[in-house]
Formats: sequence, C-alpha cells, structure tokens
Amino acid sequence: MSLMKNLINGTNFDADSLNALQKVTLRAVVMSFLFFGLVAIEGMIMKLVVTGPVNPLPEMFSHPAHYFSIMTVHPIVGIFGSTYQLVFAAFMFLVPFLTKKPLYSVKLANAVWILITVGTALAWIAAFVWQYAPLYTLYWPLPADTEQFSVVGGIVFIVGVALIMLGTFGFIYNIYATIFARVGVHKDKTTKELLISGFGIDGMLNLWHKLTGKPPYSKEPALALPVVAIFRGTVDTFLDAVVILSAGVLVLIYLLFDAGGHALDVTAIDALLYKNYFWWGLDLVADGLVLIYVAGSWYLLATLITGQKLFMENVARAALMLELLVSWMVWSHHLLADQGQPEMMKLISGEMVTAFELLTQGLALFITLVTLWKARPLKMTMELKYLLGGLVGFGLAVPAAIIQADMGMNRVLHNTQWIIMAHVHIALIVGLYMTLYSALYVLWPIVTNNTKMFSSKMSNIHFWMYLIGGIGMGAFGGMAGLDGMLRRHLYVHGEFNTLMILAAICGTMVLVAWVIFLLNIVLSVGIKGLIGIFMPAKDPTASYGIEPETIAENHKA
Amino acid sequence: MTFSSSLELLKFHETAYTIYALMIISVVAWFGYNLTRKEAKSVVRIPFYTYMAFLVAAGVGHHIFTYNAIPWVSQDITRHEIKPDASYEFEIEKHKWVGIPKKITVQCGQTIEFNVKSRDLVYGFGLFRQDGTLVTQMQVNPGIDVNGILDSNDMLWTFNHNGVFDLTSTEYSGPEQYSEDGKKDLMLVKNWLEVVGCNEGGAK
Repeated sequence: MSLMKNLINGTNFDADSLNALQKVTLRAVVMSFLFFGLVAIEGMIMKLVVTGPVNPLPEMFSHPAHYFSIMTVHPIVGIFGSTYQLVFAAFMFLVPFLTKKPLYSVKLANAVWILITVGTALAWIAAFVWQYAPLYTLYWPLPADTEQFSVVGGIVFIVGVALIMLGTFGFIYNIYATIFARVGVHKDKTTKELLISGFGIDGMLNLWHKLTGKPPYSKEPALALPVVAIFRGTVDTFLDAVVILSAGVLVLIYLLFDAGGHALDVTAIDALLYKNYFWWGLDLVADGLVLIYVAGSWYLLATLITGQKLFMENVARAALMLELLVSWMVWSHHLLADQGQPEMMKLISGEMVTAFELLTQGLALFITLVTLWKARPLKMTMELKYLLGGLVGFGLAVPAAIIQADMGMNRVLHNTQWIIMAHVHIALIVGLYMTLYSALYVLWPIVTNNTKMFSSKMSNIHFWMYLIGGIGMGAFGGMAGLDGMLRRHLYVHGEFNTLMILAAICGTMVLVAWVIFLLNIVLSVGIKGLIGIFMPAKDPTASYGIEPETIAENHKA
Repeated sequence: MTFSSSLELLKFHETAYTIYALMIISVVAWFGYNLTRKEAKSVVRIPFYTYMAFLVAAGVGHHIFTYNAIPWVSQDITRHEIKPDASYEFEIEKHKWVGIPKKITVQCGQTIEFNVKSRDLVYGFGLFRQDGTLVTQMQVNPGIDVNGILDSNDMLWTFNHNGVFDLTSTEYSGPEQYSEDGKKDLMLVKNWLEVVGCNEGGAK
C-alpha cells in the first residue's frame, strides 16, 4: 500500500512548489534518464548479438543493416539525448545558482531540452525506420552513399542532428547571456573583467604576480571556478556544434541533390581533409568540453562537499585555460592509422599534445583529492561515493587513451574494442556519469525543495551495481580489443564469446542499476509529481537563492 | 627491450595496464576509506611539482619507450626512404578487393609494402592471425589527385614470425560489407598471407 502511495504521490515532493528554473532543470533531467535507459538497452542488444550463437535475440538483430543502425544511434542517444541534456540542465541551474543571478531565459532553456529531445528522437527514427547507418563518424562519403542508404532516412537523420545542434546553440547563448548579465553581484563589473575571469587569465596573472613578489592581480575573481570551467568548456561546445552542423549541412546538400535526381560528385570533397575537419570538431566533445566540464564539476563538488576553498585554486584556473588550448590541438590521435596524414601532425598533435591531457586531467584529480583530504573526516555520503567513482573512471579511462595515442600502439589498437570500451565507455559510464550522479545527489534537495529520497538502500545498490558493471563491461570489452576484436565490425559466430558474455553480464548490471535508480526517483517524486514537473510553473523565478555553503554542513562527520 | 611482433606488445600492454588499473582502484578505495577516519594520517606526502614531473615524464616517456621498443614506428615514419623486399598494390571498390594477389608468401624477416587504394568509401586494411589477434592495419581513404590518380594508402611491415594471416577491412563502410543475414564478411580473405622460414621464437 505504502509502495503504491509512493508510486503515485512520492515522498514529500510538491511539483507546485517549484519555480520555473527548478522545473526546466528537472524536465531535462527526466528526458536525460529516459534516453539513458534507451541507450543502455541498445548497448545490451549489441552486446548480446556479438555473444554469437548463445544470443537469445531474434535473428533480425544480427542483420548488418539493423545492427549498424543501432550502432549509429547509440552514441547520438547516449551523448546528445542523455549526456548533453543532463549536463546542460545542471549548468543552466548552476550558473544562476553560483553567480546569484537569474538565468537569462527560462523559455530558451525549455526550447533547449525540447529541441534536443525531438532531434534525438528524429535521428533514432531515421535509423529505426529507414536503417540509415553511416555511424556517428560520418566518414565521407558514406553518409551520402545513397546506394546503401535511403535518402529520406538520411535527411531525417541530419535534420535530427541539426535540431540537437540548434538546442546546443540555445544552451550556449543562455549560459553566456547569464554570465555576462551585469546584474546582482556583477552589476559593477565590466565585460572585460568577466571575460578575463572566464578565460582564467586572472588565475594566470595571480600566479605570475606571486612568482614576481607582487600583490595578487585579483583577490576575489569575478567568476567562481566552476563557472569558469563552464565558460571555458562551452567554448568547445560551440566550436563542436559548428563543425557537426556544417558537416550535417554538407551531407544534407548531397542528399537533397540526389533526391532531386542530380547527384553531386562525392570526390569533390577530400575524404582525409573532411576526416581532419570532422575529428577536430568531434574531438572537442571527448577531449574538450567533457574533460573541462568534468574538471569544473569535480572542483565544484569538492568545495560543496567539504565547504572549504579549493586547493591551489589559481593553478586550477590557469590549467583550465591550458586544457582549452590542448583540446584544440589533439585531434590527430584519431588519424594515426591514416597513412596520408602528415607524420609531423601525427607526432605533435596525435602524440605529444595529446599526452598533455594526462597532465591536465592528472592535475584536476590531484587538486580534487587534496581538497577532500584536507577536510577529513567526511561522511561517506552518496555524493562523495559517486565523486570517488567518477575519479576512478577517469583514472582508468584517460591513461587507456593516452596509451593508444601512440604511433606504435595505434597500429594494433586502432578501431578495436580497446578504445571504445576501455576508454570511451569507462570514461562516459563510470567517469562522467558517476560525476553527474554526484552532482545530482548534491543538487537534489535544492532542485526539488528538500524532497526525501525514497530509499538509501536502493541508492547504494545502484552505486555498486553501476560501478562494478561499468568497469567490468569496459574491462572485458577492452580485453577483447587486445584479442583483435574490432569496434565497428559484426561478429555473429561467437568469435570473442567468453569475453562478450562477461561484458554482457556487466552491461546487464548497468541496465538493472538504471532501473533501480529510476524506480527510486519515481518513488520519491511520484507519478503525479513527474507529470507536475512538465506543467507550467506558478512561480516564474529564474534563479535559486540558497547559499552554496549550506550544502557542506550536511557532510561534516 | 624490443618487441618483434605485435602479439608480444599486446601481451606486455595487457599486463602493464592491468597492474595500473588494479593500483588506481586500490588507491582511490584506500583514499575513500581514510577520508572518513579522523585519525587517518598521510602515509606519503606527494610534492606537487614531483607529481607534475611524473605526469610529464609518463606522457613523454611512453612515446620515447615505444619509439625505441616498437620497430614499426621509425620504419613507418621513414617508410618512403626504405626499399621494401616486395610491394603489393591493389584497390577496393564496392566492398571488393580489386587486383589483389590470391595468396602472398613472405620469407621470414622480409619487409613488405602494401599500397591500397579506394575507389569509393573509407575502408581499412587489416591482417589477422588465425586466433583473431591483429597483426597490423591501416585506414584506406578514397581520393583522386589532380591528375585523376587514386590516392595511395601505403605501409611497410616486417614479418618476424611464421603464420598464416587473414585479410579484411578494419573500417566500417556500410552494411554491404556483409551478407544480408550478417553471417559472412564479404571482404574477408582467409589465409591470404603466409610467413615462412622463421625459427620458433621468431626471426631466422
């Protein structure tokens, strides 16, 4: 009875008490976790197919057109539908919260989640209905290959991706318009001062002044460090959106001409040049905004959890600038197996600059750990557990990639399961999502007006199943990569059967963990509450006034 | 230390990374446990600049190590100055190898040049051992120069161990690489290259 009551009404959640900013944040969070479920199911389908004859799924899932359609939308749903939504929602809440200023536009924030949701759905439909499957890499001229793919499917897919990118531009505009708004604490700040702080130049100047024995350039920087990380990461988000959107427009032009009976010559576009351009943009997601956003999130979480100042804050500010510059120059590590790529680019961009990510991410890890250590003893709360999980995730995933970003290693690891499982999946599932779960647990009482979580046991089960499942799936997949299993290849004869069964078991743990998490959330807010989130807010306030320091009080042992 | 085959390198890599992974998980677990203890003391003090120097050394040292230990790195960089023992040039079009030798036999220690050109899509060129492990690979990009000649995708490889290797594309080029039911890789050429004349431990 009580369970039924919770299912309908939640614990003490009252959707009507939420203001406009809280509601728009929760809407995107709900959509993000629904897409996470979809992506977990897709992942499990692909894992089961490659287990070979023991695969219990209907035969159609093993058909190449079907299998690669799933593989095409899997990252679109996972990265844009789920991760982008969650990150954008968190940041559109955090920037007003940390700057103590209202969000520039709640309407625009609503448009962001709607555009990303519709865009992701369209891309998914294109793959499901028309089996459009050029994969997320869109290697030229495959996306314009109308002998293999339906023109209509391609157009729907590209329109979907374009909507996601438009939503992304909406997020970017909202973030910068909020940061640069000269209201509240920034009433007397100039745009120049905010820009200097946003790019971390004040941190660098503070370091320089310290070294030369001068007084600090800025005792109280205009922007808090996490806002600086959001500011910086959003530069990469913008550049990445420009590249993806322009590549999409190119594909769309070819598809439309084809549909009109006047097919254009695909050789007019140089495949290697296109690959460089596309990877430059795509890599800004993996090696740019993700790493910068994550570093910023770690700093925020460490300071909120401990209630103390960040250890070596000026170094952290300066390092975020370095991270941004590094992220623009590392794309060649994706082209180490391309023999036409100039050797110097492989050496400098692919190897040497890429190795700097070990430094920037290692620095973020160090600063976070020391900040936590200096504040001990701490209560092992859910947010702290997830934060440590996130640190483990990146501690495993970043070196896995640095190892492969090497001309010797790449020859035997390129395009294998090593990079997609031991690096990408561990970075995303364990590193990024654990960090996001930590942020979710920190922000939960603020965004939901102190709603009680239904069950801490369920939270703990979710944590352990997710952590073990995520690392296990990445590890077994990575081992299969070392055994020669390719990442974009269809194996239906059980070639890597044992490792794939083990990876599928771990993948199931991630999926079950998601079900438990979702159930816990639904039992906390109730179905009525869930519907209420999507109803118009009675309170149009676009900011939240709780002082961040109060969060730390809950973590003192 | 020198790796004479990619298999040796992969085994070394698997061991080294597994040790590292267990270590980082243990360190964070130990750290998490001690975060909750009032009496916990730092066992080691890691000076900031030493840690930074370690990260720089690890990042750069990794490449210096592989450059010296993996023979195909320097060979790849200087491949246009090296005269191979034999060269094979062929093309790919519509998921089919065009002009490919039926079978290649390589004497132990020979350096072979593979030059593969694509007439339509991005493909891959990969050699695999019978147990499925990867010997070597490269991407095969399409492209035509101003004179209408197909772009080259060339690599050198020195074979130091006996074996019979399969050939297939290592890059996705659409579902038509496979039969409709997915059971057959249409670009797979079984037993395409055989290396003979090596001792059991490798080389002549």
